[in-house]
Amino acid sequence: MSYEHEKLAEEKVFKDPVHRYIHVRDRVIWDVIDTREFQRLRRIRQLGTTYLVFHGAEHSRFQHSLGVYEIVRRIIDSGFGGRPEWNEDERLVALCAALLHDLGHGPFSHAFEKVFDLDHEKFTQAILLGDTEVNAVLRRVSPEFPQRVADVVGKTYKDKLVISLISSQIDADRMDYLQRDAYYTGVQYGHFDMERILRVMRPAEEQVVIKSSGMHAVEDYIMSRYQMYWQVYFHPVSRSAEVILIKILHRAKALYKDGYAFQQDPAPFRSFFDKTITLEDYISLDEGVLFTYFQLWMKEQDPILSDLCRRFINRKLFQYAEFDPAKEYRKIGKLDSLFKEAGIDPEYYLVTDSSSDLPYDFYRPGEENERVPIYLQLPNGELSELSRSSDIVDAISGKRRTDHKIYFPEDILEAGQEDNPLYKEILQLVRG
Amino acid sequence: MLAEHAKIVQMISLADEVNGRKKLQKMVYILKKMEFPFVEKYELHMYGPYSEELTLRIEELCEMGFLDETCTDKGSYVQYTYHATEDGLKFSETGDTPLASLAPCINKLNKQSSRFLELVSTLLYFDHLERSEQIEKVRIVKNKLNFSDEEMDTAFAFIAEMAACAVA
Repeated sequence: MSYEHEKLAEEKVFKDPVHRYIHVRDRVIWDVIDTREFQRLRRIRQLGTTYLVFHGAEHSRFQHSLGVYEIVRRIIDSGFGGRPEWNEDERLVALCAALLHDLGHGPFSHAFEKVFDLDHEKFTQAILLGDTEVNAVLRRVSPEFPQRVADVVGKTYKDKLVISLISSQIDADRMDYLQRDAYYTGVQYGHFDMERILRVMRPAEEQVVIKSSGMHAVEDYIMSRYQMYWQVYFHPVSRSAEVILIKILHRAKALYKDGYAFQQDPAPFRSFFDKTITLEDYISLDEGVLFTYFQLWMKEQDPILSDLCRRFINRKLFQYAEFDPAKEYRKIGKLDSLFKEAGIDPEYYLVTDSSSDLPYDFYRPGEENERVPIYLQLPNGELSELSRSSDIVDAISGKRRTDHKIYFPEDILEAGQEDNPLYKEILQLVRG
Repeated sequence: MLAEHAKIVQMISLADEVNGRKKLQKMVYILKKMEFPFVEKYELHMYGPYSEELTLRIEELCEMGFLDETCTDKGSYVQYTYHATEDGLKFSETGDTPLASLAPCINKLNKQSSRFLELVSTLLYFDHLERSEQIEKVRIVKNKLNFSDEEMDTAFAFIAEMAACAVA
């Protein structure tokens, strides 16, 4: 039997709190899980800094990746199998792409990408196609197989139905992370009836569509996306931690560029600071490395770097205040001047954060051809965009909600306000 | 401090008016590829490079009253038109002064159709590949749009023209 079709002597299962069991029968999948690059995902949290607010949110991208694989496996093996729109030859590439779609995420991915101008999707493709253990396993299927998996991840694969299983407005990726993030944060709003959705998913020419009788289950999923966005992903305290994380990385980079003599050589970061990153540099970096350096940098001579690291490690985060840019955008300029006058560097200690800084998306039907919406398949076979049939989805997707905050070191300002009138003035201004 | 918001308002005010969300998305992407300092993160979607971050930023700017969005029903779809408001123009002055080459580049982009900009931006998305591979990728990703060889040539010529305009 070819490696592509080789099955394990008996099915292996991973116990999983969200899907109960994750079933593996394909030898290729089992071997991919065992690779160094996939195991690295155990050391990268799914929700970055959210664990500082919801203490249960310690789950990793390893768990999420297995979850996405399991959902796609169920869709294919129990839903699509035998249907004329589904090509069974695409089964293994779809499973591998589901399992490996997040392979290129770095530690605290969003913050890290922002500071170093990186793209995790490009690194996923580089790991799939480079000199890696994952590539060696995939190449055993066929020389072209790693490229096929990379094309699905990069959304350039010829069979768009395969892409849509992993990347669309109702895909296995979102269905896993919403449920998993809800489970580990302990919130009640991320839950929806996935079994029902899987039962009403239908393969169409280029994408997955939903049988119209399943509309209410999809409404629940859309509500879940909406609520998780505002209650978990955009939680202001979690955002405060991310703001500090970004500032730490910026400060370390600025010091390095200025020739600052670090007490501990920042060797794992050098190529990121210099923009000469190799694949090995990237794979070697995980959250353990970052935490180690943050601990070391707490003892650095540079007061800004050491203070920011202390704040992150000991959860002494910045305070936040509501901010209405429409009326108050000039306030930022004034605050900036006051911070400078008071000897506090606004570059690191005064931050505005907007909902657009965290592009977790919620459902939008969008303009035609802007992005693919969710389609309901009506009894006569026609397709109808979800918000045209669902008042609930129409209400959510048609209404804008935005959010803006100012982050600042309230502790420093409060402690020093008796001695420094500028501190008091800053506090009064920022609190409105 | 809201510098990225200010850049978007500046860009739209230099264009005077932008018709269509898709067109706006592609214009910012192409400008970014021409090394203008836009930071919005883009991913490839079924219809070319798309930035959720930009979509959210535009929504925020409309909410702030710095951009005006008008909506026209085109029958099978809705088209949105954007222009900077008076308050938006004042706000945009808080941002850095835009590069002198930005205005002519925006002007060139805004004269093109959104279909053409979709082709240009998708070719640019694959600009790390050889020309023949870029074309092959576009034909896979946009198989339904049936871009002709002539359109491909025109798009490559436009990219060269934009690059020259950006450094002028």
